[in-house]
Amino acid sequence: MLRQLHSLPGLLAALLVMLLALSGGVLSVNPALERLDAKVPAAGQVSVAELAGRVAHYYPGAEQLQRSPSGALIVYYSENGQAGAERIDPLTGQGIGTYAPSEFSTWVKDLHRSLLLGSTGRAVAGIAALVMLLLSISGLALLAKRLGGWRQLLRPLRGGFSQRWHAEVGRLVVLGLLLSALSGIYMSAANFELIADGMQREPDFPQTVDPGPAAPVASLAALRATDLNDLRELVYPNPSDPGDVYSLRTAQGDGYVDQASGALLSYQAHDSARRVYELIYQLHTGEGLWWLGLLLGVSALSVPLMSITGARLWWLRHQAMPRLAHNSAAQWADTVILVGSENHSTWGFAKTLHDALHQSGLRVHTAAMNQLASEYRHAQRLLILTATYGDGDAPASARQFLARLTKTTLPPGAGFAVLGFGDRQFPQFCQFAKVTETALLERGWPRLLALETIDRQSTQAFARWGNAVGQLLGQELALVHKPVRPRSQSWQLVERVEYGAQVQAPTSVLRFKAAAPPGNVAWLKRLLGASTLGHFEAGDLLGIVPPGSPVPRFYSLASGSADGVLEICVRKHPGGLCSGFLHDLPLGARMDAFIQPNPDFRPGSGKAPVILIGAGTGIGPLAGFIRNNRARHPMHLYWGGRNPASDFLYEPELNRYLADRRLSQLNAAFSRVNDCSYVQDRILADALHMRRLIEKGAQILVCGSREMAKSVMQALDHVLLPLNLNVLTLKAQGRYREDVY
Amino acid sequence: MRRHAMRKIAAAVCLASAIVLPGFVQARAVTLNTELKSYRGNDAYLAFYLTDANGQYQSTLWVAGKKAKYYKHLRDWARGSGLNSSEFDGVTGASVGSGQTLKVTVELADALIDAGYEIRVDSAVEDKREHRAEVKVALTSQGAGKSASGSGYIDAFSYDL
Repeated sequence: MLRQLHSLPGLLAALLVMLLALSGGVLSVNPALERLDAKVPAAGQVSVAELAGRVAHYYPGAEQLQRSPSGALIVYYSENGQAGAERIDPLTGQGIGTYAPSEFSTWVKDLHRSLLLGSTGRAVAGIAALVMLLLSISGLALLAKRLGGWRQLLRPLRGGFSQRWHAEVGRLVVLGLLLSALSGIYMSAANFELIADGMQREPDFPQTVDPGPAAPVASLAALRATDLNDLRELVYPNPSDPGDVYSLRTAQGDGYVDQASGALLSYQAHDSARRVYELIYQLHTGEGLWWLGLLLGVSALSVPLMSITGARLWWLRHQAMPRLAHNSAAQWADTVILVGSENHSTWGFAKTLHDALHQSGLRVHTAAMNQLASEYRHAQRLLILTATYGDGDAPASARQFLARLTKTTLPPGAGFAVLGFGDRQFPQFCQFAKVTETALLERGWPRLLALETIDRQSTQAFARWGNAVGQLLGQELALVHKPVRPRSQSWQLVERVEYGAQVQAPTSVLRFKAAAPPGNVAWLKRLLGASTLGHFEAGDLLGIVPPGSPVPRFYSLASGSADGVLEICVRKHPGGLCSGFLHDLPLGARMDAFIQPNPDFRPGSGKAPVILIGAGTGIGPLAGFIRNNRARHPMHLYWGGRNPASDFLYEPELNRYLADRRLSQLNAAFSRVNDCSYVQDRILADALHMRRLIEKGAQILVCGSREMAKSVMQALDHVLLPLNLNVLTLKAQGRYREDVY
Repeated sequence: MRRHAMRKIAAAVCLASAIVLPGFVQARAVTLNTELKSYRGNDAYLAFYLTDANGQYQSTLWVAGKKAKYYKHLRDWARGSGLNSSEFDGVTGASVGSGQTLKVTVELADALIDAGYEIRVDSAVEDKREHRAEVKVALTSQGAGKSASGSGYIDAFSYDL
């Protein structure tokens, strides 16, 4: 919901908001330029009377004297029936050049205020300011949610290029954008007279004036009492009308000055509405506050970047969603399918189910579990397909499901069935599906089918479950699922470094190059300067479909495309289909694989220390992070192996990284040596140092087996106890990330 | 580029009772033609009003510009009319852009013509200077149709009886 509130207005009004922001950015420079030009006397140095006297010397036909908020002074005068306007020196009253407002600035200002469309355009610009306010607030709320709370807003960020820039720049400029939007809305409302701005209150014209002859302007008491820096405008009396008066506007109020006695007449101080308006006007335009103007201008200039990265993020998310044809509205559907998925593979199954049910003549509504509605008026059955993330947690699209469940009602007679997706190799197999089923039962809803689980995307098991659903519906339901896989690429093995044979843990670091595509394409790609590698970073996942199985296996990448090779670290498991295939792959041989971005698992932005924890082949992506630590941020590695003589993975590289300070500290633990220890022991032994790093805002990245991750978590909870922290809190703050298998 | 705006109104212009004959009043349509110069900037606010020979404000003929908060910049007119809305109710219209022509018809008592009255025009543009009485022409049968130029934003002004 919040996301829609952010992306829909953002997409719809992107061009409009960009136009206003860019024109505002251009205008923001004006106050600073004017200030550079203007000479501002000290307070109390020059009175309005003194200046007016000097001006009278050079411009006997002066009609009007104006002071801009930046301090520039302009005299309007008539000479031989010709009207003129000049900028004058505030000390001498002498002209320093013709005053001609820049045509470009006037045009940009008109564009900014009304899109050159008059009153209609002003209304549109006001709406754009509202959109900007909505985008700033919803964006901030989304960011707070992503980082685990409002207090965590300044935490380091992770994510792909667009995501990271969008959030990083966004939080930097959001205050400026909020100020611009709020003040813009206020000014628009004042312009349409929805808010009083106090501009209409005018002092009454004096009824009686001193009948005496006009005194020289420099002698008028009221003008002598007014400091030049407080002047807004002085209008001279009509020379042909002896009953006329000077009209004086200052920062504090407006009134008239008798040209004979010099008395201030009908003075009226600005009311609070006027003062508020002027303050907000100043905050919006930066007039007289040139530094604020420039700051607002810089934040406005970020809007095109925000729009483009935002649109790209929306597009990527949109692309990743399977296309569902005939998706009924939630309140019309008789069958509701809810999907909990971390990387979209469960969505593929949901689509197969959706299409088959639609074919059977049902009205089907399919959505993410997070989009659970508060009611489904016509629902007869709720089918939940969900994966499990990490150690029994909810996957990304189901994180809010359990919280929302308490507020949802189903029509009487409606029931549910849960289908879990997972991998039996792991403990906590389909744990979140079990949690979901329990929660639904506790809700008191009838269970239509007992929990079923799908091991490693088995299409047969899915088809069996489809039969059961068919029986429930009283008709045949054939679920034929063909998994859609990302486009894979051909890779050629170019290097293999072997470790661990002596300790029964044969492990290889494998390096691949992109296999040359057929002649013409390669030539074309070279011509276009495109990298044949594609883009990936250390920590992303490599999906390999081994011969003899349709299900891809994922390996964490130990290199980024900038390294020029694709590197993985693989341990050979007894009977392992894919690891066996990779270990037997001869140098020069090819394999097909695809890359799945994993932007959450990489070091966040900023200078905070990074604690890397891993065991065995978990070193792979961690070594990749260290290799790419060109900025030399503090990185501390805790790693566990078996025997330093045999399976000290990446030993030469790590020593090199220590020497050139890409790695600050290396703590290796070995389990098959005399004083055997595990990585969690190292963490406990180093607790004091660890706490100091955490207090400095350190982030923790853990990669390795599930058991290791569990032990590490327990050890860290122990370490964090004196700080009143635990791993769960760090996780919620986005400071603790795992890549476990 | 020039655009023509034609406005006809049937608002009788009220005058002080001293100069309006009691009982039967002969009224007549007067068309005000105003052509603005080309200048950079926003639309101009204009006030057309009648003064006596001494320049004393008598009544408002027409105000171009709808936002009352800017009226104070039409300085002589503002002073004369005291900005009382009863002075300009029903005789206001849109502001006039650079290079545009404004043509409005107002009704005026016959007795005011050739009686020593003047038509004056004040003008103002946002962020630019304001002009008071940039046009001053006598309201006479002879003066009808004769063009006068203004000292500010007005290129040419004439009235037709």
